Amino acid sequence: MLRLTAAALLLASAAPALAETHTITPGDGAQERLQEALILAAPGDEIVLEAGRYTITDGLSLDVDNVTVRGAGMDGTVLDFTTQAGSGEGLLVTSDNVTLRDFALENPKGDGIKSKGADNIVYYRVRVTWTNGPDANNGAYGIYPVESTGVLIDGAKVTGASDAGIYVGQSNGITVRNSIAEANVAGIEIENSRNALVEHNIATRNTGGILIFDLPGLPVMGGGNVIVANNLVVANDTANFAPPGNIVAGVRRGTGIMVMANEDVLIEGNILQHNPTAPIMVIAYVQGFEDERYNPLPRDVVVGQNTYGVGGDDPQMDNADMLLAAFGGALPPVMWDGLGTLFTDSGTPGWSLNLPEQGKGTGMAQPSPLSVPEPAGEFDRTGIGAPAELDARIG
Amino acid sequence: MRHAFALVLAAAAALAASVVAQATGAPKLMVNDVAVQEDGFPRALAEFGFFQDAGATEPSDFVYLYELNTPLWSDGADKLRYIYVPDGERITADGAGNGDGLLQFPVGSAIIKTFAYGEGEDQRFIETRVLLHRADGWVALPYRWNAEQTDARLAIAGARIPITTPEGEEISYRIPNMNQCKTCHAQDGEVIPIGPKARNLSADWLAQMVDSGHLTAMPEGADVLPVWQAADTDGEIDAQARAYLDVNCAHCHKPGGSASNTGLDLRWEQNDPFTIGVRKPPVAAGRGAGGFLVSIEPGDPDASILVHRMNSAEPGVAMPELGRSTIDHDAVALMRTWIEGMSE
Repeated sequence: MLRLTAAALLLASAAPALAETHTITPGDGAQERLQEALILAAPGDEIVLEAGRYTITDGLSLDVDNVTVRGAGMDGTVLDFTTQAGSGEGLLVTSDNVTLRDFALENPKGDGIKSKGADNIVYYRVRVTWTNGPDANNGAYGIYPVESTGVLIDGAKVTGASDAGIYVGQSNGITVRNSIAEANVAGIEIENSRNALVEHNIATRNTGGILIFDLPGLPVMGGGNVIVANNLVVANDTANFAPPGNIVAGVRRGTGIMVMANEDVLIEGNILQHNPTAPIMVIAYVQGFEDERYNPLPRDVVVGQNTYGVGGDDPQMDNADMLLAAFGGALPPVMWDGLGTLFTDSGTPGWSLNLPEQGKGTGMAQPSPLSVPEPAGEFDRTGIGAPAELDARIG
Repeated sequence: MRHAFALVLAAAAALAASVVAQATGAPKLMVNDVAVQEDGFPRALAEFGFFQDAGATEPSDFVYLYELNTPLWSDGADKLRYIYVPDGERITADGAGNGDGLLQFPVGSAIIKTFAYGEGEDQRFIETRVLLHRADGWVALPYRWNAEQTDARLAIAGARIPITTPEGEEISYRIPNMNQCKTCHAQDGEVIPIGPKARNLSADWLAQMVDSGHLTAMPEGADVLPVWQAADTDGEIDAQARAYLDVNCAHCHKPGGSASNTGLDLRWEQNDPFTIGVRKPPVAAGRGAGGFLVSIEPGDPDASILVHRMNSAEPGVAMPELGRSTIDHDAVALMRTWIEGMSE
């Protein structure tokens, strides 16, 4: 059936193409039919994945602009990669204006869905699950847009990633919202990216809930202009299961929202509960570096009003007992290393390591209650978030 | 040790066949320039007319066999490489590519690569990949050979085929799908050739191409990469290692390549130690890092992610991600020697 469609397309290749729908059903040859559809689709086409389980043994990829891949719901259409034999991810997207919606990937050997240089991409109600739960042998990233301008992730769910469930790297104009990140090392991570809005998500049972990182040595540098607002960041208490060597392997179990380096980050309206190391952590990059383009300090990070429940009560850090005793049984909700510039809403309890220097470890720490100014003015929200036209695609 | 012998024999056979065809003056098929240049994906390799015979061993006019000093390793497969340049057209080599000496082919050219296992009578073609230079860019297509070795058909979605490698390993050989071709051949989103760079081509071959009138001039910096088959002695470890990484890894690990986001640049011309991986922490390696902290730990191959990933055949760990199902043990040994020799 699809072969016929493909042949017809070839014959008609000179004629102006009308948008077509390519319907894929599970069963014999589904992988080949799906991959052919992904290759032969024309811009404007929609690929419909009917409900059912699809056994996929090789990485899938899409390189045609303006294509929608639509399943029958994240619990209805499941691409099962448990027997995957090749490729570094389940689905790779390298074209622009793509919409991925209403389907799931299970047990990809590497990353789940990677979109690289894929501008204006929408992930809507997509699920990536490693069904065995937290495991160092799981793939690194569940949803993984990188080097892209315009990223909207809405209603997604990722479980079990050995690095970050939802990871947006080296990108610009990003919204991650209404999504659930559970039992990953990092729930949601925004790395070396600008103009990102992370709102109305649930991050739970991860090692760290929401991470905003800026790292040296990458092609795209200078992360910042990030808002983390109105998220439920609860019980991120899974022991770190990342393979050592990855930057998230250094995240302490029980971190709620963490900012490392970056400039102009606003954290407000979040509910933080049962994050036993630090509900909110703002620190400089911890290692040495040689990249002259890189600023390792957090600059102009604003912690506004958030709701703090129990937290900081079982910190994974040296001298935890001493610290707990000093702070009366639980660490205050905002932890800062004392480097860079931090502003907090008045009355926000916190503590500082008062480190004198970046990249020299915590040996020189002189912990004390936090004393930082309130923000001088309104946080500038201009240009933050995915382009508005991406919303229209999921309207 | 590196199957050079089979390759040379096959090459000699192909050349001889071509000479015979010319000498006998039999009416020859011409390359089908319409199939090369016009839109669409021919369903059979034969439609291009790159070869005189159904078995694709006798190249047509203006189809030239070539070899690379250091080749891309693909599960130990032998490779027969050809370029096609239309009559009267010329390849240019001046200021080519991004300064990497990639030959610049005129529109209408094609690059053809057949993957084969077995020697002599037992040689079997598995797949033939073609790159077509059309007016709007390069197109990459994979063709799968039939068991009778009489016909190679377009495999848009790729395929998996059981193969016994020269080392006796039973593997599931992967013919890439059309998109996977692009993954390795991508530069800033465009498809480009990878192999035919002046530095990795023999001066003799380039001189022949100049003589034939299909290459404007002998390129600068030609024939610089070491000849892999001959380089199993000593003395050139650094050059061998860098050449291997350039040819096998840098098509993705370069600025504008498919793995550009890692910041790892393994091109021959990259001289910054950190950028080629020395004490460089992983960026997006995930479990591929294998618990190691840096891509290359000087003096300690066992702590180097690069060795770990080359020495794995497991999806999600193995590098390169595409184009191999087994481990290139010679290359792993070379990388170990190279890294051991780096001063700590």
